[in-house]
Amino acid sequence: MSFTFLMQNLVNALQWGSFYALIALGYSMVYSILMLFNFAHGDIFMVGAYIGLGVATLLLALVGTGAAAMLPGWMVLVLTILISMFLTAFVGLIVERVGYRPLREAPRASAAITGLMIGIILETSNIIFMGGQRVKFPQLIESVTYNIGGVFVTNKKIMIVLVSLALMLGLHLFVTRSKWGMAMRAMAFDYVVVPLVGVPLNTIAAMTFAIGSALAAAAGILFGLAYPVLDPFMGVSLGWKAFVAAILGGRGSIMGACIAGFMLGFIEIMTVPAIQIVNRLFQLNLGSNLRDLIAYSIVLMILIFRPHGLFGEPYSAKLRL
Amino acid sequence: MAQTKTTSSPPPRGVKNAVGRLFASVPLLGFLFGFLACVLVEMAVGDRLANLLGLSKIPVLFGIVTIFKAIAGLVNTIFKGAAFDPGTLFHIPMALVYFGIVYLAPVVIVARLTSRLTNNLADALQQTSILFSALVHLALLYAIFHFWGGMNDYRLIVLKLTLVAVLLTLSLNIINGYMGEFSCSHPGFMAIGAYMSSLFTVGFFIDDKVLGAAKFSFSLAYLSFPLALVFGGLMASFGALLIAIPSFKTRGDYLAIISLAFLFIIKSFFENVQALGGARGISGQPDWATLPVIFTVVVIGIWAINNFVNSTMGKALNAVRDEESAAEAMTINTRKTKMAAFMFAAFWAGMAGGLLAHVLRYINPAMFGIQKLAEVLAMVYFGGLNSVVGSIVGAVSISLLSEALRPLEILKWIVIPLLLILVMIYRPTGLIAFREFNIRRILQPRRPDGKEV
Repeated sequence: MSFTFLMQNLVNALQWGSFYALIALGYSMVYSILMLFNFAHGDIFMVGAYIGLGVATLLLALVGTGAAAMLPGWMVLVLTILISMFLTAFVGLIVERVGYRPLREAPRASAAITGLMIGIILETSNIIFMGGQRVKFPQLIESVTYNIGGVFVTNKKIMIVLVSLALMLGLHLFVTRSKWGMAMRAMAFDYVVVPLVGVPLNTIAAMTFAIGSALAAAAGILFGLAYPVLDPFMGVSLGWKAFVAAILGGRGSIMGACIAGFMLGFIEIMTVPAIQIVNRLFQLNLGSNLRDLIAYSIVLMILIFRPHGLFGEPYSAKLRL
Repeated sequence: MAQTKTTSSPPPRGVKNAVGRLFASVPLLGFLFGFLACVLVEMAVGDRLANLLGLSKIPVLFGIVTIFKAIAGLVNTIFKGAAFDPGTLFHIPMALVYFGIVYLAPVVIVARLTSRLTNNLADALQQTSILFSALVHLALLYAIFHFWGGMNDYRLIVLKLTLVAVLLTLSLNIINGYMGEFSCSHPGFMAIGAYMSSLFTVGFFIDDKVLGAAKFSFSLAYLSFPLALVFGGLMASFGALLIAIPSFKTRGDYLAIISLAFLFIIKSFFENVQALGGARGISGQPDWATLPVIFTVVVIGIWAINNFVNSTMGKALNAVRDEESAAEAMTINTRKTKMAAFMFAAFWAGMAGGLLAHVLRYINPAMFGIQKLAEVLAMVYFGGLNSVVGSIVGAVSISLLSEALRPLEILKWIVIPLLLILVMIYRPTGLIAFREFNIRRILQPRRPDGKEV
């Protein structure tokens, strides 16, 4: 247990945290506008990763045949991320139109059920179209490993963290500086009164779904770069964990979702060395698969002492199930 | 004046109304006799009739599976070029004919023809106590289940799992329907119930690799099965207390997330405790969850839950759901009410888990994950919130549907979610929501003019 070992885990934690944070943003944004959990979001992340796979394969084929200019690998990656974000935004729009808009007046739990069911439909369609096998994500950039004082960092890890931070910053600027962002914030403040002054609820809600899905697609591609095997159920475990992160950050808080995402990644990665330390100190033989148990217990503890999450506002009168 | 009104209006037309008029004077007892007649007819001539109609065996699940199998075969031929046997298409009308002869005709004939007799019987039963009357109806229902399920093992297991699903759905409806919160921890409670009751039965009475040799052994050991179930239920209820203490301090979606974290923790816990079999789970539960046992437990569960939601506490629970501050002003102790209801629901979920463990006779932690949660939620919201009948309908229809659509293979998981989305869009609270369950009205005799007594 040395300092470099700790730093090595910290780097991994940052990478996992980026995935969680990017996905958690989608949950959090939808929640802030509609007071709804979008349970299909984890599967939108999965669809985003697969769309990214398709786009990347297509681009690589184009580059290979010379139909496009000889693009460097990083350009292909950037193009893949942008095109997939754009395409996955439409998936989000469809989910909103089919599963959520018809249920605007219904009890909120009913909309949660449609979300859950859309998630199952997305998984099943994937199995039908892709054959239910794991597929390999193409490696768009050469992996280079840097040794910084004994800590091994790949260029992919740096890129993943930087891209996700850039996306978060972009979202932050959009929400705080643009007119649409202001409409979103107003809607999050009160979705009953704000439409009365001329802000279209349906447009804002659809936009929220689109942005959230685009971010999930980016997370999917970054995930594919780090762990290049995709399967139809990849969105289930990651998505639900990101959902936990969104709640931990405070429902509807964008900054909270980011920080809690990184925090959850940190907790999950750090429990493994912590278990090793405990084992060495007390001569125990605890397995590292206790990770989930410990991570969620910590989350539960935090929530018990801070019921509204890290950055959430206390429950107001308009929150009704 | 009333007389002129009845004579002047012609009887309403349409198939639905005609069927309604046909059965207007048939009490529940008559239908039970009708179904019993079907089952007896099937027992007597089912095999021979199926042979006569060119079916290889009695059509599975009222012929629905047989029909879907033929359709799936046709679809496979068109899209994948698989070999096609035109004989399977012939099965569709034959399965329908079988259904008509064995199920439809006996119900219609017996129920209609015996209506005078059954009405008199129902009248006589109504003179006695409601408990006795209910018991007679239940005995008839059990007889139907017994003979129908006794015909092959597949039917028996479908019947058992459906009954367990009914109990499970009802218990979740207490939280999501009557209390109006969103709980995600139901598979966790099931897991506790399943593991604890298995610990009881397998640990004490069975030689097991994981849990060690049998501690006791005597021939009447199965009599302790209710004890094992209750033990599982109580442990689940204790788990619920751990969630309830922090969750009900504040309002909102807080329970949803705490219960979700609880579900993950419970699953991870059972995966990691090697003394309980770890990820491989426990197998070799004794075959004590027979049909009469499950039937009895589920009936007691329905009775208890129905009484609970109609009690003062159940009404208080509804008040808390509709307007918490108003309920508080009416001197309801909201936190205590919610905690009690949550633990009560968890108790029955634990019981259902114990039953499930002994029906399947193996359990592992992977069974109690997000997928189980989606399944139970689907049953609750399909059937209808805040309704005992709704939960029964939801559990039975989703269970039977997922069995019936089995020939569609993977497409099943497109059809069922789509159906649920449609139900949510057109009836957001489910098919039969906010409906009271009145045993007296169900059991009473019907007058020939269809008017209620």
